[in-house]
Amino acid sequence: MDVLYFAWVRERVGKPREVVATEAKTVADLVDELIAREERYAVAFEDMSTIRVALDQELAELSAPLTGVREVAFFPPMTGG
Amino acid sequence: MAVRVQVSDFDMGAEVALLRRGRTDLGAVVTFTGLVRDLAGDNPISAMELEHYPGMTEKSLEAIEAEAQRRWPLQASLIIHRHGRLAPGDQIVLVATASPHRAAAFESAEFLMDYLKSRAPFWKKEETGRGDSWVDARETDEDALSRWR
Repeated sequence: MDVLYFAWVRERVGKPREVVATEAKTVADLVDELIAREERYAVAFEDMSTIRVALDQELAELSAPLTGVREVAFFPPMTGG
Repeated sequence: MAVRVQVSDFDMGAEVALLRRGRTDLGAVVTFTGLVRDLAGDNPISAMELEHYPGMTEKSLEAIEAEAQRRWPLQASLIIHRHGRLAPGDQIVLVATASPHRAAAFESAEFLMDYLKSRAPFWKKEETGRGDSWVDARETDEDALSRWR
């Protein structure tokens, strides 16, 4: 699936997007997989209370299932307006 | 009803004229324009970079506009939000709402702005003499949103 990163999450991961092959069942599982993969993910996902998630461009919880999801995005709390 | 996410600047007067064109049924138009301030706390800022999530941004703005229409009798509405690099004094956002009565126009404009602050996928990075820093979300923004629940 496509995984996208924005703002300081993007800076810490070091890229705006990537294609990730995963069997993760939930967003939390995917985060654990990425953290186990490389240090930069551990840095980006150090404090998950400061991370927001969107599944196919809809805000979602960390516990949300990834079944059928094509695009996962991780970003900090939004600051528009 | 319209939503635009763009790099270019906007002209509030021209946008309101367009919204009103050919109509005599509007009772009130409320507009809000958000600007880039030249201070971040005590630090002067030289620029602000606004990042967004193409696709999700438009969808989420359209969803909140539809929600405003459900809650208030809106005859017209417009949200323009800029992204990219902006300078102090630049316009960031325009919200315009039209309704038969002013209370609905005021309230729905506030509702749209409160939503933009903490639910629309935009992120601000300020450039100061001490380096760049991402603007943190504020708890007061979350409180502002909770009053509409």
